[in-house]
Amino acid sequence: MISQFFVLSQRGDNIVFRDYRGDVQKGSAEIFFRKVKFWKEDGKEEAPPVFNLDGVNYFHVKVVGLLFVATTRINLSPSLALELLQRIARVIKDYLGLLSEESLRKNFVLVYELLDEVIDFGFVQTTSTEVLKSYVFNEPIVVDAARLPPLGPAALFMQGNKRMPGTAVTKSVVAHEPGGRKREEIFVDIIEKISVTFSSSGYVLTSEIDGTIQMKSYLTGNPEIRLALNDDLYIGRSGVSSYGFGGSSGTGPVILDDCNFHESVHMDNFDVDKTLSLVPPDGEFPVMNYRITQEFKPPFSINALIEEAGSLKAEVILKIRAEFPSSITANTILVEMPLPTCTTRVNFDLEPGIVGQSADFKESQKRLEWSLKKIVGGSEHTLRAKLNFSQELHGNITKEAGPVSMTFTIPMYNPSRLQVKYLQIAKKTKSSNPYRWVRYVTQANSYVARI
Amino acid sequence: MAPPAQSQRSPSPSQPSGKGEVSDLKMQLRQLAGSRAPGTDDTKRELFKKVISYMTIGIDVSSVFSEMVMCSATSDIVLKKMCYLYVGNYAKHNPDLALLTINFLQRDCKDEDPMIRGLALRSLCSLGVANLVEYLVGPLGNGLKDGNSYVRMVAAVGVLKLYHISPSTCVDADFPALLKHLMLKDKDAQVVANCLTSLQEIWTLEASKSEEAAREREALLSKPVIYYFLNRIKEFNEWAQCIVLELVSKYVPSDSDEIFDIMNLLEDRLQHANGAVVLSTIKVFLHMTLSMTDVHQQVYERIKAPLLTLVSSGSPEQSYAVLSHLHLLVMRAPFIFSSDYKHFYCQYNEPFYVKKLKLEMLTAVANESNTYEIVTELCEYVANVDIPMARESIRAVGKIALQQYDVNAIVDRLLQFLEMEKEHVTAETLVLVKDLLRKYPQWSHDCIAVVGNISSKNVQEPKAKAALIWMLGEYAQDMQDSPYILESLIENWDEEHSAEVRLHLLTAVMKCFLRRPPETQKALGAALAAGIADFHQDVHDRALFYYRLLQYDVTVAERIVNPPKQAVSVFADTQSSEIKDRIFDEFNSLSVVYQKPSYMFTDKEYRGPFAFSEELGNLSIGTEPADNVVAAQGVEANDKDLLLSTSEKEESQGYGNNGSAYNAPSYNASTTGASQSSLDLVSLDQPSAVHTTTSFAIDELLGLGMPAAPGPAPLPSALLLNAKATIDPNAFQQKWRQLPVSLSQDISIDPRGVAAMTNPQALPQHMQGHSIHCIASGGQAPNFKFFFFAQKAEESSVYLVECIINSSSCKVQLKIKADDQSTSQAFSELFQSALSKFVLP
Repeated sequence: MISQFFVLSQRGDNIVFRDYRGDVQKGSAEIFFRKVKFWKEDGKEEAPPVFNLDGVNYFHVKVVGLLFVATTRINLSPSLALELLQRIARVIKDYLGLLSEESLRKNFVLVYELLDEVIDFGFVQTTSTEVLKSYVFNEPIVVDAARLPPLGPAALFMQGNKRMPGTAVTKSVVAHEPGGRKREEIFVDIIEKISVTFSSSGYVLTSEIDGTIQMKSYLTGNPEIRLALNDDLYIGRSGVSSYGFGGSSGTGPVILDDCNFHESVHMDNFDVDKTLSLVPPDGEFPVMNYRITQEFKPPFSINALIEEAGSLKAEVILKIRAEFPSSITANTILVEMPLPTCTTRVNFDLEPGIVGQSADFKESQKRLEWSLKKIVGGSEHTLRAKLNFSQELHGNITKEAGPVSMTFTIPMYNPSRLQVKYLQIAKKTKSSNPYRWVRYVTQANSYVARI
Repeated sequence: MAPPAQSQRSPSPSQPSGKGEVSDLKMQLRQLAGSRAPGTDDTKRELFKKVISYMTIGIDVSSVFSEMVMCSATSDIVLKKMCYLYVGNYAKHNPDLALLTINFLQRDCKDEDPMIRGLALRSLCSLGVANLVEYLVGPLGNGLKDGNSYVRMVAAVGVLKLYHISPSTCVDADFPALLKHLMLKDKDAQVVANCLTSLQEIWTLEASKSEEAAREREALLSKPVIYYFLNRIKEFNEWAQCIVLELVSKYVPSDSDEIFDIMNLLEDRLQHANGAVVLSTIKVFLHMTLSMTDVHQQVYERIKAPLLTLVSSGSPEQSYAVLSHLHLLVMRAPFIFSSDYKHFYCQYNEPFYVKKLKLEMLTAVANESNTYEIVTELCEYVANVDIPMARESIRAVGKIALQQYDVNAIVDRLLQFLEMEKEHVTAETLVLVKDLLRKYPQWSHDCIAVVGNISSKNVQEPKAKAALIWMLGEYAQDMQDSPYILESLIENWDEEHSAEVRLHLLTAVMKCFLRRPPETQKALGAALAAGIADFHQDVHDRALFYYRLLQYDVTVAERIVNPPKQAVSVFADTQSSEIKDRIFDEFNSLSVVYQKPSYMFTDKEYRGPFAFSEELGNLSIGTEPADNVVAAQGVEANDKDLLLSTSEKEESQGYGNNGSAYNAPSYNASTTGASQSSLDLVSLDQPSAVHTTTSFAIDELLGLGMPAAPGPAPLPSALLLNAKATIDPNAFQQKWRQLPVSLSQDISIDPRGVAAMTNPQALPQHMQGHSIHCIASGGQAPNFKFFFFAQKAEESSVYLVECIINSSSCKVQLKIKADDQSTSQAFSELFQSALSKFVLP
């Protein structure tokens, strides 16, 4: 049972506020924001997503820089509340096309209308865009997406990749196109977040792939869809011996440790031909989440070296090698490395003649940042940095610096080799063949090399 | 997470400068009210939006109420909705205005369009004006019978809204029975789910007043009802499934076949993408198999993978909620998860609250086969630039060392931390080395060699300093410089701000003196003089105690301060198993995230009657006979600092209840049956005359000129209580466990007072008038149980009371626990006099 729901901007402005039960004081949004902002005096520690203050429980999730908050006085399931907040954000995004402070403010009447149908007297009624369509009547006022910086997972597809119809993902599920007819299309995104930890000698200590098959349908009439996955896909590691299979570059079965499915998914034929069938509801939703600990070839190898070079001086050499085919290009790469706290100055030595790279020393956090716009598969890049210290280091310099961490996005690549072999839309009579977009992308979740 | 949106800020809705805009709106609305011209609705929509936008930014637009209502006489559903939103906002505070809308809402409840019927009914029920409930009954009754499921869905929740405005109207109209009928018959799953939630709330609230409601609530857990819901489970949407599963988790199946049937039926719910559904299902599985050990363990194995998948999918917030539950399970059955330890490795970009949970899990699952790898991983975190993380990691390594087998390697690692020469690492490690030595004295040689190299100047944190000083005293014979380091520390006595450190310094210098008298004599004299002059009561008392002890007999002092060491075998757990079980019972709730049972953070009225009575069972942990309490304290008192060894318990005496690190009670006193502090304990053994003269002699010796005898005890009759004292139940419970019973009495009370017991709030209210506050209460005739709390005026010293009243025999059992035990008799008199005044008015 939810007592209140509200959305706050980053500055703590109340954008949306709905009181369902009237048993929590009106000033809760302000109380909440102050608590979150000053969670710890030094501001370094983040407030946890759930906390209790004077008998009121506050739940919050951050979505595109906005705080979605719920309050209650009862001992509610935290998963339920947090899941709900995430879903509310998704429903609003489905309706408005784009979730931002501006779009919320412009559409606040629609948002309140949605909120009244999603929750009644604190009880969740539905969070399905499909169901809500029959109860909600306001038309969204579409905010010009081009004016806003791209945000959220959808933004992955908009970074300089012409093959992606960038505007589609910020298109409202309900709004009518200016041209009149809705474009028939469906998006299936295979998003994989990878976590890899390399030991100081370059071995993979741990690795994991957390994947999602995300779907967003703009098809009219809700036809049934069949998604065919790899023939050699297995769920659960128990049946197959876990070693002896090649990495991502090799062949062999794809083994998911575990997965879960959206409630619309039927798996009647899964064991026979590895297909999932579903009638996709309107809006964005994950068809399937999966987890893989099977070994795979990490997309980048990292070589990091830090050495003392006389007193009060040291040198850092970072080498990044892209271990994927040259037809693929990674973008927005950022390499970070904490430096010894007594570091005062850093001189960088980038590869001569290179473009789209920059290196910086963030003095306040004592951190080295090296950003690269893109890396083509198979290439290697090196950064040299000379450090100056204000005092002599005691002991081992490698204990004072590192680890090296990396973030990146690689479109059209997924290390698990999980594939959507085909996407079949049950035949509809007159309409032309709808557009189908199957897209792959890999992101770094935690990509760390110890030194 | 995506980077925070630095989006261009939209121009905020124009702020009306004064009342001009509002009256302007009023005019425009009035003109439109009667108009039937085409396009009117669009203009109205714009105006309505403006009104609502003013309303949401807090501008009072209630003056356009009647215009809004007039304009809403239209078939445009968007306009209607906006009007309902507006009406809902103002009706509650303007009952007169609400009356105006009743007519129009009632008419809409009969509209052709089911959407309008539903919306109007929802708005009608949400008005929340008590004197208008009579208008609700008709439309609600029709709504429950409406042919359209949307209207029934709204009506089912509407009944609950009515109940909250006027319970009697709701019950008199027989709505609960109608809901029950609907719940068991309706085709629409959401209607069924809403009926269930409404009925659960209504019957829970009614149960205290009506036996029938209590029976009805029980009936929800009967086999036919549960099976009815289970068979329809897939018709419900994911949120309603959570409600049903929560209900099922309270159901007690009659045999194991039933349990297996239910589990097989719900098996595929574990693959749901919604974490709340999965956790509700897991709760059912765990609770049903509690008495079947093998199956219960299989359940753990089965739920592992789905939980891990949920942790790694979804937003960081959702994954935290699931991780908290995984943490609970790992703590309950670490061995089941010992091969999954890699999943609990921390990622560098995770927030601290996630890392902390993971560290605890890593600590718990460490066993012979994985300790090496876990400790290696933890050592990486120790070098982390993130200081809180480094500290937690060191503690984790230490904890593993304290519970582990392969201590040898771990000790080496810990000692390597000391060589890193990072202040926070050194500080944290010192505390751990101290604990380690208390469990494994055999390592003292290796540890002392390294610890001896640490300059005390590099150790500033009180806890670490205290640990170092403890080692200096304890291993004085092995550490060459010990007396001299202590001496230099004593020279800086005045700069030492932490009383804890000064207390340790006193004890350490005593120990050192007893082992190496010639070298330490000077330091001891300086320490005692400084200690006796110390403004801190405990430091002063301890110094004086040592001083008198030495005067009395050095061999006795040796026996007390430096007895042979006993290794600590098991360090105390920070939470009692009762509390852990309570949290487990409340699986899939905030209790798991907070790691506290719900009664510790939820107000009584939001707890429901079940939780209420259980709470008493829990609070009474410490209410065994007094000697058991004492035994329990021996373990529990030391939670805060990972236990003092048995031989050191005297140390804790001096600073028992002042909130310092060791919260040890003065139980030596209670074992001897008296309630004196340790200081008196010594003087009991000798004639007081000797005591006085010797102390006089020493005083003269040191030229301190202090009073020979303690000041007169405060007069019992002068006991004043703080009328506004507060304590949270958590703190109460902790204190209750820590303090010994200082007074236990059986008394009788006025039967007229007992008669008033029928109202459970009467006694707490009465006692409140005497500055005695009720923390928890419960029970059923004839036995009522209360926990009270009081605080001395202008002092932090508190009194805790357990009061069991038997209403048939008019007997009262009192148990009083007090910080200041010397005044507990006075408090008891005060309490009894307050209780005796409790009679029916």
